[in-house]
Amino acid sequence: MALKTVHAPLPGTFYRSPTPGEPPFKAENDAVAVGDTVGLIEVMKTFTPVTAEEAGILKAFHVGNEDAVMAGQPLYDLEEG
Amino acid sequence: MADARPPLEIAKPGLATTVQDLGRPGYYHLGIPLSGAMDREALVAANLLVGNHEGDAALEAVFLGPEIRFAGDATVAVTGADLPPRLDGAEQPGWAAFPVRAGQVLSFGYLKAGARAYIAVAGGLDVPVVLGSRSTYALGALGGHEGRALRAGDRIGVGAPRRPPPAGAALPDALRRRAEPVLRVLPGLYDHRVTAEARERFFADTWKVAPEADRIGYRFRGGRPLDFVPREPPFGAGSDPSNIVDSGYPYGSVQVPGGTEPIVLHRDAVSGGGYFMIGTVIAADMDLIGQLQPHQPMRFARVDMAQALAARRESAERLARVRAALA
Repeated sequence: MALKTVHAPLPGTFYRSPTPGEPPFKAENDAVAVGDTVGLIEVMKTFTPVTAEEAGILKAFHVGNEDAVMAGQPLYDLEEG
Repeated sequence: MADARPPLEIAKPGLATTVQDLGRPGYYHLGIPLSGAMDREALVAANLLVGNHEGDAALEAVFLGPEIRFAGDATVAVTGADLPPRLDGAEQPGWAAFPVRAGQVLSFGYLKAGARAYIAVAGGLDVPVVLGSRSTYALGALGGHEGRALRAGDRIGVGAPRRPPPAGAALPDALRRRAEPVLRVLPGLYDHRVTAEARERFFADTWKVAPEADRIGYRFRGGRPLDFVPREPPFGAGSDPSNIVDSGYPYGSVQVPGGTEPIVLHRDAVSGGGYFMIGTVIAADMDLIGQLQPHQPMRFARVDMAQALAARRESAERLARVRAALA
């Protein structure tokens, strides 16, 4: 199974849940379908959804909730399939 | 413009991509700000690279590049942030003119440095002129393309090229201005509101760009809070120690609401209000602000008027070298 790293499309603050206190969009080892929201990146008062462009199993996050991310920084690993 | 070219078709809009030129001076007293490119020097360079007048309208893309299909042949240049342009997937040089053929798609790689890229097209973008400018003032729903940031499906007109675009023109590396994380500030007019020690701290501390920073104001956090000089609030000022009797806000003025998070007003500034200002970012460094990324560490450096004017002369000289290199 090929492991693919998905990168942050833009810089900002990464959130794993839709709002504080709610369960995360995805936990590690969850299945991900194309178009699923994996997290949010907040910048300039705008929350941009990070949506999956490929399906698979989300193996591991590289960043935590509310971490600062730079564009191109690894966000999560996806096992394709 | 009469002899208009086929439009740009916006397939993906990016984050907050807007049409900008050198702005709309003359209406700030009515509350309508200058607007225009956050990084004016980069806009001028992009325009000159494709044979435009330096104040023609171009796209300002922030953090995330748009995806644009060209309906007609064009010459394009991308300057400012290091946001690698790609034509049908093939990387193109930044700070250089490159030809685009009808049907090709311009997209962008991940942002590598800076924050805002300028995408100029030979002939300039042909959106309506509002109060003397094509710049977008999104807060006022004024100018640009329908007074707002671009959306997927928008079609943006292109004017007739003014002269045959210089093929393969590139700006020498030494003239490509890059973001430096130091902003020079002339103290005043309300810095007497904070203690002498707080004034020193403001310039000594390292701050970080807050993710909320936008075209209206760039917010910073992470430095120590400022202590205020005790006072009886004057008539008309609020009870918060950072309040003043309402005043005009200069472009570049640094307000610190509650003494905690400095905000530098930028091209889409609000024209007045009731927060004290510790100083004003000098004109020569305004372009640098729009190239700061969220969470980037930076600091403020104190200068006096003579240093601010010298910096402005240096800025003008550098711009003259850009013009000479692309003439």
